[in-house]
Amino acid sequence: MSDLHTVNKSPFEKNSLESCLRLSKSGSAILLYEDGVYGALKGTAVENMIASVVGDRKIYVLGPDYKARGLDETRIIDGVEVVDYAGFVDLVEANDKVQAWV
Amino acid sequence: MKFSIQVNEGPYQHQASDSAYQFTKAALEKGHECFRIFFYHDGVLNGTRLTTPPQDDRNIVKNWTELAEKYDLDLVVCVAAAQRRGIVDDGEAERNGKDATNIAPKFRISGLGQLVEAAIQSDRLVVFGD
Repeated sequence: MSDLHTVNKSPFEKNSLESCLRLSKSGSAILLYEDGVYGALKGTAVENMIASVVGDRKIYVLGPDYKARGLDETRIIDGVEVVDYAGFVDLVEANDKVQAWV
Repeated sequence: MKFSIQVNEGPYQHQASDSAYQFTKAALEKGHECFRIFFYHDGVLNGTRLTTPPQDDRNIVKNWTELAEKYDLDLVVCVAAAQRRGIVDDGEAERNGKDATNIAPKFRISGLGQLVEAAIQSDRLVVFGD
């Protein structure tokens, strides 16, 4: 069984996303929510950090938090899946344990 | 499935209290069970009934109380964190000689053992906050 990692801080504010990507195992799921959603944007300095692990890990972004920041859904990195709160709950259920990177 | 939630951040600080509330609500609406919600560090500030946010803003404390009333949730505030931040119930007022209480309805003050028990008794522990 795999783990779910949650990242709630912007990669432009803290290095929690970088730590999460460096230490999470292959096959684990990563959910970007709150200010963490900025990590899912195309065309930023950290785009390649996420794009390079898509396929090895499953990356999700919380849609309500993404939309609340006025971000354009066409700018989400390819392979990153959008979920709502019910999807967040499903991810917690589907994975063995949850690790919050704050 | 049985969930427990840990909230480490005060309401209106960033977004953790809102996220924890929305997550808990979604889990309950999907038919999951919530064993306990444990408020730790600045998260204990979710448990004061004396907050008065503007009328057009969300009332986070009231949201917790109403959710707890609807689903009979166990909202537990960490005692040591509460003492530092002035969250007081009848027992704490008596013990520490305080002239008032401010604990919100459906919240209770207890110890860290409640968090350990929640982690043991639940299938998943989800942590929100800084």
